[in-house]
Amino acid sequence: MATNEHELEHLVSRKYKHGFFTEIEADTVPPGLNEDVIRFISAKKNEPEWMTEWRLKAYRHWLTMPEPKWAHVHYPPIDFQAISYYSAPKRPEDAPKSLDEVDPKLLETYDKLGIPLHERARLAGVAVDAVFDSVSVTTTFKEKLAEAGVIFCSFSEAVQEHPELVRRYLGSVVPARDNFYAALNSAVFTDGSFVYIPKGVRCPMELSTYFRINAANTGQFERTLIVADEGSHVSYLEGCTAPMRDENQLHAAVVELVALKDAEIKYSTVQNWYPGDEEGRGGIYNFVTKRGDCRGANSKISWTQVETGSAITWKYPSCILRGDNSVGEFYSVAVANNLQQADTGTKMIHIGRNTRSTIISKGISAGRAQNAYRGLVRVLPTAEGARNFTQCDSLLIGDRCGAHTFPYIEARNPSAQIEHEATTSKIGEDQLFYCLQRGLSEEDAVNMIVNGFCKEVFRELPMEFAVEAQALLNVSLEGAVG
Amino acid sequence: MLKIKDLHARVDGKDILKGLTLEVAAGEVHAIMGPNGAGKSTLAQVLAGREGYEIVSGSVEYLGQDLLELAPEERAREGVFLAFQYPVEIPGVNNVYLLKAALNAIRKHRGEDELDAYAFMKIVREKMKLMQMDPSFLNRGVNEGFSGGEKKRNEILQMAVLEPKLALLDETDSGLDIDAMKVVAEGVNSLRSPERAIVMVTHYQRLLDHIVPDVVHVLADGRIVKSGDRSLALELEERGYDWLQKAVGT
Ligand SMILES: Nc1ncnc2c1ncn2[C@@H]1O[C@H](COP(=O)(O)OP(=O)(O)OP(=O)(O)O)[C@@H](O)[C@H]1O
Ligand SMILES: [Mg+2]
Repeated sequence: MATNEHELEHLVSRKYKHGFFTEIEADTVPPGLNEDVIRFISAKKNEPEWMTEWRLKAYRHWLTMPEPKWAHVHYPPIDFQAISYYSAPKRPEDAPKSLDEVDPKLLETYDKLGIPLHERARLAGVAVDAVFDSVSVTTTFKEKLAEAGVIFCSFSEAVQEHPELVRRYLGSVVPARDNFYAALNSAVFTDGSFVYIPKGVRCPMELSTYFRINAANTGQFERTLIVADEGSHVSYLEGCTAPMRDENQLHAAVVELVALKDAEIKYSTVQNWYPGDEEGRGGIYNFVTKRGDCRGANSKISWTQVETGSAITWKYPSCILRGDNSVGEFYSVAVANNLQQADTGTKMIHIGRNTRSTIISKGISAGRAQNAYRGLVRVLPTAEGARNFTQCDSLLIGDRCGAHTFPYIEARNPSAQIEHEATTSKIGEDQLFYCLQRGLSEEDAVNMIVNGFCKEVFRELPMEFAVEAQALLNVSLEGAVG
Repeated sequence: MLKIKDLHARVDGKDILKGLTLEVAAGEVHAIMGPNGAGKSTLAQVLAGREGYEIVSGSVEYLGQDLLELAPEERAREGVFLAFQYPVEIPGVNNVYLLKAALNAIRKHRGEDELDAYAFMKIVREKMKLMQMDPSFLNRGVNEGFSGGEKKRNEILQMAVLEPKLALLDETDSGLDIDAMKVVAEGVNSLRSPERAIVMVTHYQRLLDHIVPDVVHVLADGRIVKSGDRSLALELEERGYDWLQKAVGT
């Protein structure tokens, strides 16, 4: 190993000599992607050789892959050579010193979302130790987890501390060659979260990226791996309701979940990337691969997501129901306003016997936004007795937006029972007038109707997240009517 | 309280109200009867401020203000309540949640404190009892899956909680069974007061046995063609509307 690391360093420094990195600080690479850049990232993170090789293999495969074109979204071509694939976390000197230096509009939004003062600073990227000290919270948190034997750390840390676990499970759900963005992520990911719940352990608290130090700096290619060993249980919360801004337009994360026998993973996301201005300028492109593998019998994976952000969202949290009697669930609210485009949905792959899946998707479109649901339910011949229920509802606000539903059903076992229900409704002028006539403002009326529409999904979110999600939805749809 | 003068209104280019004049004083109950398609619901919607109705001419004064200048929610907060002929369903929104938001919006407008959950529930329980409604209705979606009669009853429950100054009831009696009609009538009667006016649209004189009106009007072809006391309703029941329309030459 040592020699390999030495070689790597050598390689990197040779490049330095050739002037490749001379113009810039040692902690950043110039835009562009090639094998040297990947080696640089891997060396920076002090990764073992297998990890470097894994990245390189992904990269080489990526080079052969065409960019997907089939999603129901439109955007100018992305120049992958114009992106910088590694930059060190922002140093405290560069961050705003206090909230006074933060965009007032952002602060206004925090206010509307009811985000506590101390948190606003963190979210706005104010140098954390300058404003509030999260150490005590985090420490008690870490102690409690350690007691239970739960591993919850950054991905980089996991590669160092638990290489055998990472090596065993990384890419086992989303192979590096899975799709264009997953391959890219595999080659260049910089950080993310790692969770391991040991056999029979019920994680004593909800795990939230919030508690992971440096969570804000995981960058545009995030990698998350969660493994729930036999009989264990974990609930994981990703994201936050505050609008996240980022100079990086392209985000391509990969999330892998593994549930072994009798294990259960509940993964909740509230995602609110900057959607761009009213003309869609400057918004984030969010191309995510999320997949859960119910590897053992009686396991369960449940995805709940509330998506309001991004200029473009392309995302299909999926479940591979391999274990007999395993259960996959997908609850989703996707909001698209102004010029946002969302192409989301799920895939449920039934392999084991008596596997069950439920899909509840609520799409809301306002302004000139386009919202597409794309869902695949595949029942393999082995999946005797498989069942799926899909309910897919779209709500239109105004008449310049659109909703599209693309259900794909492949049943290759005659015993499969698949039910699909789909509705599209407009926020009725009738409903709106009814609320106005009772004295509600138009904004409150729309919020109320929309929240009612999303109820079945909000119910699945952890309590405090549900409240935030509701407030978030209200803010996202501000000005959608009228 | 309410002064409508020579009101002309149209929808989609079609003239519906054609010079309607009507005055309602505080404390009074007026019944409006008239053939299908005469413009009764249109009048109610225009007063409530629904979009899509073009006011061609005429004026509406409510408590000294120009009602037509106000947005629908402002009218509601100023005390105008419309019990809809066809109440809409709003899936997933708790009945009680809408009611609380409505009451607090109105209270806020009046400069009163918003009610907390406890104080609010106290009022609602009392009114539910009056309307003989099962408490389970509170936690159902607004009118979601309600029967026709239950929807009407729910409208009157809302009215009882919101305590409007001017209540417009559009065929609240239609679709009610005999017992329900009595309950609804009781609910309406409990709101009768010297500061309040009630205008109710109905096709049946039977309702007027329970809610005795001060004045009965006949609305035909976009106008009030005849007004009178209770006996007019009885006469209409016997003779229909034909003779009136002939008499006024429409
Ligand atoms: N959007 C519209 N476009 C065209 N005509 C309309 C529209 N809305 C209402 N009307 C017409 O206006 C007339 C008056 O309707 P309105 O609902 O006010 O009648 P009404 O007196 O309440 O009748 P009913 O006793 O049947 O409830 C009807 O002829 C109706 O068809
Ligand atoms: Mg009518």
